Amino acid sequence: MSEHAHGHPHDHARTFQRDHDDGSPLPYLQVMEIAMRELLIETGVITPDEVRRQIERMDARGHSRGARVVARAWTDPEFKARLLANGRAGCDEMGITDLEALHLVVVENTEKVHNVIVCTLCSCYPKPLLGLPPAWYKSLPYRKRMVREPRAVLKEFGLELPEDVIVRIHDSTADMRYMVFPRRPEGTERWGEEELAATVSRDCLIGVALPRASQP
Amino acid sequence: MRRHHDMGGIPDGPVDTSAHDAELWEKRVDAVRNLLGQKNLLRTDEHRRHIENLPPGDYDGLSYYERWILSISNHLLEKGVFTADDLGRKMAEVEAREAKDREHYK
Amino acid sequence: MKSRFHAGDAVTVRAAYPPGHIRTPHYIRGKRGVIERICGEFANPEELAFGRDGLPKRPLYRVRFGQRHVWPDYGGAPEDTVDIEIFEHWLEPAAREAAT
Repeated sequence: MSEHAHGHPHDHARTFQRDHDDGSPLPYLQVMEIAMRELLIETGVITPDEVRRQIERMDARGHSRGARVVARAWTDPEFKARLLANGRAGCDEMGITDLEALHLVVVENTEKVHNVIVCTLCSCYPKPLLGLPPAWYKSLPYRKRMVREPRAVLKEFGLELPEDVIVRIHDSTADMRYMVFPRRPEGTERWGEEELAATVSRDCLIGVALPRASQP
Repeated sequence: MRRHHDMGGIPDGPVDTSAHDAELWEKRVDAVRNLLGQKNLLRTDEHRRHIENLPPGDYDGLSYYERWILSISNHLLEKGVFTADDLGRKMAEVEAREAKDREHYK
Repeated sequence: MKSRFHAGDAVTVRAAYPPGHIRTPHYIRGKRGVIERICGEFANPEELAFGRDGLPKRPLYRVRFGQRHVWPDYGGAPEDTVDIEIFEHWLEPAAREAAT
């Protein structure tokens, strides 16, 4: 459950009370979910197969495709330039499919600049490329605080940046979706793309972590 | 006047940075939303509008996908894909079925 | 594509507060920034939200703002920025004098 802001004066009563968590009646909204879905199936709007396939599609989309794009760009400066000019075209070039209508902007971390992605208005995220966002990305504290006190929030993720690094926040408010292009870790000069991709976690692509080169 | 969902810059407590896997019912909600979008029955911005219109207590107190369930149901009611009577009867049927299952497994 | 603004132009976000489904965040209204890039032309989400087609498409920009000009008590580095996508109808040319 999300926290209210400190000092928040109002106690907003919930319209829908949650049932007990002791395993007895299904919560009201889960009853509604089942009912809504069954009605849609009965009236032929959707089929159970479509639901199952859609779940499988999303489950299959981890962050690995994004990590591969980064690894390619680390090893191919011309590809990197094309990727930064047009993120979607870069993904298409790599043969990544099933991207739907994704408009992707890739923002580059450098020695002097660190980028972080947020959607203050809801939770926009490059889902066709990276799958579902983590719960914290959608949480109210993240949406509220990242634009205002990014360094404090990054510290909660264990990431502290020097004062001379510029922090750029990207608030995903309209049709663009964002991916951070992190810096290549030190000591990986001889690494192949697969090893490089393995250093890039999903959190690196949002901007709350840095790629780690684990010991060989 | 700032609308409740438009929360960039509002103070709040620490971010819970732990990872949670989505539960199956949440994945189903996500799937249904995507399918409705693919079939041109639910635009992204219609879905967002319904979420934004939730009372602040519900917006804050419900989980992410619980907000989606309400948004989608309200939208489908407005569009006439089903009626409130349809939905209410089906929800009662689901509850009765679940109650019978719980009895059976006691 | 016909666009009123170009990369590098100084712009101000209109300080209007209509109800409805608005994708220009409250915290940036009335603030001054610089066009970072033109993203392309897109349908108006304020209209799409009501099931209308949101046409004609209109230019969408990424606009860069200095954080210390957005938040009076910003605690980060002086050069920190926030980049936001904003539709053309929410932007006006900024006054010529640059904010320090």
